Amino acid sequence: MIEVKNLTKSYGDKLAVDNISFRANNGEILGFLGPNGAGKSTTMNILTGYLSSTSGEVYINGKEILENPIEAKKEIGYLPEFPPLYLDMTVKEYLCFIYELKGCKLPRNTHLKEICELVKIDNVYNRMIKNLSKGYKQRVGLAQALVGNPRVLILDEPTVGLDPKQIIEIRTLIRKLGKNHTVILSSHILTEVQAVCDRIVVINKGRIVADDTADNLSSALTADHKLIARIDGPREEVVKVISSIPGVVNVLADMQREKGVWEYNIEAVEGTDIRRELNKRLWSRSWYILGLRSSELTLEDIFLKLTMGESVNEFMTKKAEDLESIDKEGGKA
Amino acid sequence: MNAIFKREVSSYFNSLIGYIFLGAFFAASGVLFSITSVSQNPQDGLLYLTTDMSSMFSILFFVLLVLIPILTMRTLSEDKKNKTDQCLLTAPVSVTSLVLGKYFASFLIYLLGVGMTLVYAIVLSFFGPVVWLEVLGNVVGLILVGAAFIAVGILISSLTENQVIAAVGGFVSMCALYLISSIAAVIPVDWIAKIFTELSFADRYYTFTYGIFDFSNVLFFISVAVIFIFLTIRVLERRRWN
Repeated sequence: MIEVKNLTKSYGDKLAVDNISFRANNGEILGFLGPNGAGKSTTMNILTGYLSSTSGEVYINGKEILENPIEAKKEIGYLPEFPPLYLDMTVKEYLCFIYELKGCKLPRNTHLKEICELVKIDNVYNRMIKNLSKGYKQRVGLAQALVGNPRVLILDEPTVGLDPKQIIEIRTLIRKLGKNHTVILSSHILTEVQAVCDRIVVINKGRIVADDTADNLSSALTADHKLIARIDGPREEVVKVISSIPGVVNVLADMQREKGVWEYNIEAVEGTDIRRELNKRLWSRSWYILGLRSSELTLEDIFLKLTMGESVNEFMTKKAEDLESIDKEGGKA
Repeated sequence: MNAIFKREVSSYFNSLIGYIFLGAFFAASGVLFSITSVSQNPQDGLLYLTTDMSSMFSILFFVLLVLIPILTMRTLSEDKKNKTDQCLLTAPVSVTSLVLGKYFASFLIYLLGVGMTLVYAIVLSFFGPVVWLEVLGNVVGLILVGAAFIAVGILISSLTENQVIAAVGGFVSMCALYLISSIAAVIPVDWIAKIFTELSFADRYYTFTYGIFDFSNVLFFISVAVIFIFLTIRVLERRRWN
């Protein structure tokens, strides 16, 4: 289990991590998501004791990383952003070195063999690390983190530089490891976090902007009663007709997509389905619906919006305001 | 500490630096040995032989100024550059044992070099009586001054991630430590001059080559090594807080 309380790290005047708190429970895979430079790597370096925090506490299975560093570090396997490999060693020499460095008690040869089979590097076991491809180096880095079977794994962008097949393999492996380890995984790739993680912490400019499951995150921003329709018809009259449908609260003409075809944001009272009525009324005037979808946001949208410095609620009000202003401008034109 | 020590020693021989250091040290000491102990006078063509090795030892001091920075340049700078320090500093070992592991690895390679001077003494003993206590005193002096210089070199290496800068920086600081007594001579303030003289590496080392085994000099070099190792540990600790 990892518990982070009010963690702050500043480099001079610059605040890299700003008072963040979160926890990862046993057997949980926590995704750490944020754009480049958000403070992901800094946070991970603090969790592993490589950097010291300016203030705040980090508990690894109940052991504070600054007060009890040796004991806390025994619990951690860490794959940094750049795998820390000694290029002048063979994979075997390197893993044996790590084994001794961590002071492992497990039977050495069988333990290392298991790890190599797990991350599929047994075929390069006797090769020099400097001659390995990026993908293999990354996997040797992962193997290094697994040596000693630590209960907590901290992986900083583990799939960077791998080809799609390897990425899938590593993701499967992480999911497998997540069953009996606590895993924190950082990434700026959404699909990865979505595919692997139980919970997502979104971090931006050193602050946590969201902490929830992937599904909850998208449902918080999704609204079934909001529609986006692409309609072929005169703009102002279409708005009037849609407004007259019972249950419709708000209609905004967003932008012209094709000649004479506008996209409309339609908001109805929650729980009402206006799609059939909408169809009927437009059809009666020979206006055509060319596209209709609910305004559900993908995780990509959520991520972009969240990391643009807005919390979920702020974002929703902002979006409504934006649409209004667009509508006004459209009206003037 | 054991794991780091073993890795460092093997990396000296994986990366050629061990061979370069030992090769250069053997070559330099060998040339000095043949010049100082076995030489032919160009005028009368006579061979002058002596079992007094102290002049070889005193000139070896200058060889150390050049070779020790090469020995220590990559100890910590390379880790920082290749980010391998992340694996060392996040492993369950203390910074002290990390630095000591590296220090003793460099020291072991250095001892291998110094050991060669004993071979020369053994060779000489076939041709004439060798004053073994004096030779041993010289070897101990050489080991001690090297121990202090290695600590200085490792500190410089911890301050940069560029091996060349570490080597040049090490060379410059060791030269400064050598020249400190010359600076003392031109300082008009008595007590400052006295401090500088007391700190002189060269003067203290030459005492060994005169055949004088002064325990305060032994203590001086050991203290210097300890202080610089301590400073290196502080540098690594401080880096985490920046």
